[in-house]
Amino acid sequence: MIETVSAMELPVEERLRIRKHRVLPLHPTGKEKRICVVTGTHGDELEGQFVCYELLRRLKAQPEYVKGIVDVYPALNPLGIDSISRGVPMFDLDMNRIFPGTEEGPMMETLAKHIVDDMAGADMCVDIHASNIFLMEMPQVRINEETAEKLVPYGKMINVDFVWVHSNATVLESTLAYSLNKIGVPTLVVEMGVGMRITKAYGYQLVAGLLNLMKELGIWEGEVEQVKEPIVSSDRAVGYLNAEKAGIFLPQVEIGDMVEPGDELGQILNPLTGDVEEVIEAPIAGMVFTRREYPVVYSGSLLGRILGGKEDREEERA
Amino acid sequence: MRKEVIYSLASPYREEMKVTAYRFGHGKKAACIVGSIRGNEVQQLYVCSQIIKKLTELEASGAIVSSNEITVIPSVSHHSMNIGKRFWAVDNTDVNRMFPGYDLGETTQRIAAGVFEEVKNYDYGIQFASFYMPGDFIPHVRMMDTGKQSASLASLFGLPYVVIRKPRPIDTTTLNYNWQVWDTNAFSIYTNETDEVDEASARQAVAAVLRFLTRMGILRYHNHSGYIATVIAEEELRQIKTNVGGIYRRLKHPGEEVHMGDVLAEILHPFEGEVLSQIIAPTEGIIFFAHKKPLVTENEVIYKIIRRLHE
Repeated sequence: MIETVSAMELPVEERLRIRKHRVLPLHPTGKEKRICVVTGTHGDELEGQFVCYELLRRLKAQPEYVKGIVDVYPALNPLGIDSISRGVPMFDLDMNRIFPGTEEGPMMETLAKHIVDDMAGADMCVDIHASNIFLMEMPQVRINEETAEKLVPYGKMINVDFVWVHSNATVLESTLAYSLNKIGVPTLVVEMGVGMRITKAYGYQLVAGLLNLMKELGIWEGEVEQVKEPIVSSDRAVGYLNAEKAGIFLPQVEIGDMVEPGDELGQILNPLTGDVEEVIEAPIAGMVFTRREYPVVYSGSLLGRILGGKEDREEERA
Repeated sequence: MRKEVIYSLASPYREEMKVTAYRFGHGKKAACIVGSIRGNEVQQLYVCSQIIKKLTELEASGAIVSSNEITVIPSVSHHSMNIGKRFWAVDNTDVNRMFPGYDLGETTQRIAAGVFEEVKNYDYGIQFASFYMPGDFIPHVRMMDTGKQSASLASLFGLPYVVIRKPRPIDTTTLNYNWQVWDTNAFSIYTNETDEVDEASARQAVAAVLRFLTRMGILRYHNHSGYIATVIAEEELRQIKTNVGGIYRRLKHPGEEVHMGDVLAEILHPFEGEVLSQIIAPTEGIIFFAHKKPLVTENEVIYKIIRRLHE
């Protein structure tokens, strides 16, 4: 059943329509749990599109195993996805900075309010992101430390490679996930893959995780795969690789590689002079979980992240 | 006047981006003025250029009170401005959402950190800012309600209005907010325009800054006393929204007094030209903000009215 969550008239012969696909059990009892699977807040993040398709395909193939309500929202920012724009076109606005929204505000804030209202009362929400066009991310769940105690157990059910518990930043209080967690809808943020592309293997991995999570919640009774036991990063250091020089970055590592301090991870090249501007070395030992895909870099551009060991974190704290 | 590059950033294919500060007078860090932080803030750049021109003349005539330094940074965003982009040229991030910055962080965090290092620790910080909604304001001074703001100081600019805004999470990374956190009295000045130069409101802004610097004992200058400002809390403004999308015909403009029942605007059918909706004033007052672009969506905020205020 496809429903419109919110619709607004655009200036000329078109409505901006946010839609969801609601899957119900064959024989509803009225006491079902509900999960929301949401993506497409940033118009350049497409990994979630395949996840929505594949999840719905499997649910439709075995409707007898659906025991709860599954709401799938493939595109919170349909204008952005349709026009290859990360933000909301016309407003140059990051849609994930206007939640929980308000009826009193401009159009997009009103839409944000309608979205939150629609999800309110759900038993679980999974908000799927795909980094941006610059960075490739290993499948991971990101959890604000304020909500870690409640959410980490769910993060372990969803078949990601690791769960990153990060500190609170005031600016992130305007995200959909923060707003939903605040009103009692446990919300996991998944980051995986890279902007403007679809990594099919990651899509299958997350669909397996979603079905497992749904099974744990009593929403799905079909077969599920054995899920990965993720690394939880709350007690581990994260090493950041930022460019110091401008140029063209060529990586020499793959996502998931284990590296040692001083290992060469890539180079920043100067195509005009033929010189190597900078050699990028691993600052700590650990696993590469973020890697830059877009080659043009300035000083400061993020080139990668490494998940270190527990001893690094203890050193950091010391 | 001393001209100094306070931050530079190498570019892979373009010339190095240099952020330039113009310094006037010597001594304690009295006032810092920042112009365009976003690439479409042409009016903000223009106003700063006029302030620099005027301060150069005033310094030459000995009008800067001794032991005071005034710094003006006309542009942080010309790398974006030169290619017609509002936000950072490469990743579309907003430098004015990166303060206080981080010198080991990502590019726009580094730019913000480089700039903030130079602009902090002044007694007074003045930024020419812009708003994300497309429209015109009455010229005003805007302050964040951080508990450290002083509306009485803001009224010394002599602009007609001072607006106090409760900060939202997204505001905590702006220059204005961080100035206040670092104990600078911070003011954002809004003139009528952003993408285009508006001479009249630019002159008003230059006069307001010179008036303020004079009243704070930083300049010796004689100019008009300006207005005794009306102070408004932003949440008191009455917002008026569209109920349909279409072509927008603005009938009332910022600064105009309106009465309950007045027709503020009309929304026309985009193909047939018929009036689909009349936007009626729900209250009497002065128009503070009016949408400007010719098209509107449904539910767009097109007017903000200062309720029950008269000319």
